[in-house]
Amino acid sequence: MSTAFKSLSVAMVKGFLRDRMALFFMFVFPLMFLVVFGLLFRDSGADKIKLAVVGDGPVVAALERTGAVEVQRFDDQQAAVDKVKDGDLPAALILSGNDVRLRFAASDQVAAGTVNGLVSGVVDKVNLGATGQPPAFRLDQQPVEDASLKPIQYLTPGILSWGVSISAVFGSALTLVSWRKKQVLRRIRLAPISAFTVLTSRVVVSVGVAVLQAALFVAVASTPPFGLKLSGDWYPALPLLVLGTLAFFAIGMLVGAFCKSEEAASGAANMLVLPMSFLSGTFFPIENAPGWLQAVSKVLPLRHMNDGMLDILVRGKGIGALVVPSAVLVGFTLVVGFVASRVFRWED
Amino acid sequence: MTGVRAFAVEAVDIRKSYGELKAVDGVSFTVDEGEFFGILGPNGAGKTTTLEIVEGLREPDAGTVALLGESPWPRNLKLLPRVGVQLQASSFFEKLTAREQLETFGSLYGVSKSIVADMLELVGLLDKADVQENKLSGGQRQRLSIACALVHDPDVVFLDEPTAALDPQARRNLWDVLRAIQARGKTIVYTTHYLDEAEILCDRVAIMDRGRVLAMDSPAALVRGLDAPTRITLQPGALPAETARGIEGVDDVHEEDASMTISTRKPAVVLSALAERGALDGLQVRTATLEDVFLDLTGREYRA
Ligand SMILES: Nc1ncnc2c1ncn2[C@@H]1O[C@H](COP(=O)(O)OP(=O)(O)OP(=O)(O)O)[C@@H](O)[C@H]1O
Ligand SMILES: [Mg+2]
Repeated sequence: MSTAFKSLSVAMVKGFLRDRMALFFMFVFPLMFLVVFGLLFRDSGADKIKLAVVGDGPVVAALERTGAVEVQRFDDQQAAVDKVKDGDLPAALILSGNDVRLRFAASDQVAAGTVNGLVSGVVDKVNLGATGQPPAFRLDQQPVEDASLKPIQYLTPGILSWGVSISAVFGSALTLVSWRKKQVLRRIRLAPISAFTVLTSRVVVSVGVAVLQAALFVAVASTPPFGLKLSGDWYPALPLLVLGTLAFFAIGMLVGAFCKSEEAASGAANMLVLPMSFLSGTFFPIENAPGWLQAVSKVLPLRHMNDGMLDILVRGKGIGALVVPSAVLVGFTLVVGFVASRVFRWED
Repeated sequence: MTGVRAFAVEAVDIRKSYGELKAVDGVSFTVDEGEFFGILGPNGAGKTTTLEIVEGLREPDAGTVALLGESPWPRNLKLLPRVGVQLQASSFFEKLTAREQLETFGSLYGVSKSIVADMLELVGLLDKADVQENKLSGGQRQRLSIACALVHDPDVVFLDEPTAALDPQARRNLWDVLRAIQARGKTIVYTTHYLDEAEILCDRVAIMDRGRVLAMDSPAALVRGLDAPTRITLQPGALPAETARGIEGVDDVHEEDASMTISTRKPAVVLSALAERGALDGLQVRTATLEDVFLDLTGREYRA
């Protein structure tokens, strides 16, 4: 490793560590989102359906065995129905002998459908059991993921990718603009080192920052209040992290080539990164968005980095899940990097 | 070296236009190895543009440059280690201390860190070694910037207004630094607004205005060529004006309320005549300077 390469990297790391704003935006800011969203959505995915129950019997026992409902017992039928009418509970189940009555609030269609499905399924099963006949069809049920996708599970890869996109885009754009403005680029041009050395030393710093970000975000998300569970096979996330950093670095170089001031560069970088983060499913899964938005999101590098991170870190899909995101990110880096090198200027 | 005298810099008819504006309009000059060469002129004269073309930072529209015998454009990697440049606007890495700036610039040239303390001492910044660049004063930044240009011990040094923004003491210290560099056989090309300073430091100067070189020679030769009178100022009543006019060599006598001014082209003769008469009260002698040369060349008062 040449001394010029090393000392340029060291110079940039020192400059970065002494820049409180940069540290904040690259480490604390994404972490804030992780914490806020993590706590906000902590229980939403794991919510059980609450159900008012009056009376008892095999149906209730079978319902409780499903693990999908939380039973609240009432002695008085009227009180239970009132609870439903008030909107406090989605439905009330009233049992007397072999009579099973379900009263539900039609206003909440999703909850109503779920409760209706659950209860009628259980009633059918108990009915079948009562006839003593073997079932004609056997249903084999098993979860395909070891953990259901709790919000923290998709939030962490999303915010990690987003954080890396911020640090790589802003880092490269601001360094380029400030070095050009402060004539450091011209001065470096007078020294006997290659542009490649300068470029790679900056890239290495960005990759280092990305690795630190990833370690920090995953560590925080893994603490008990959030409860992230990484898949055992998370190592392929590292090459993906590097490729993502490169793609965003290239975007930053392009932004930096066009902008004359740091303010303009941050503005432009924000205009790129912020919408991209929403369209790429950083905070909310993009699967619920309209089709055309999903199509748009498919051309964004953050979307692919995000998908790849999700598949590898959380879904445990292993190295195979690298192929598409890597190809897209490499392609992105090459195309954007080429354009950036065409419009690159040593001085204003 | 062969018997042929080597030029450190040889610029032939270089030109550079920005749109309609001819920033450099046919400039030719040579600088000998080991010479201290100054480019003088008012704002916008084209000094920086000329310097940057010679350094290889800008491509001239026309003309040729040989720097240490090689063309500096396009970027000539072989030349770069032998050339030191201080840009007019100081260029530093963000948030690094004076010491770290020198270490980093030095490393670009493969220079070891051990030299850094010497460089800081050379420009009188040892006590500011650990201060971040943006917290240095203007003059201190200027000195650091010069140290950064010298860190790899180049053979040719280009300094663009190195003494701007310096206090008188720092200016004089820098003169010593520059003289010491020249004494080590290095070539120095520098620009300045201070004609008096150039007169003291430079072996030769080029006076530029509006993209052209108006005159080029040693400061003494330029002043001599002007054939301007020396002005001797005395207290009023030091001797009668009529007597003064009678002294041999006196061209003109001009009396004012606060002083009497004698113009002469033979100052030695006149001064000894005055001394004989014991009429040296309030004596001031002002010989022609480069400013007079500039005035003579352009018809304009020199304003730095
Ligand atoms: N990049 C540029 N684009 C357009 N015009 C320029 C550029 N650089 C210099 N000029 C113009 O060229 C002329 C010469 O500029 P230059 O910087 O060489 O002057 P200078 O003698 O160094 O002045 P100063 O003493 O103020 O530093 C000026 O009129 C300036 O406006
Ligand atoms: Mg200038």
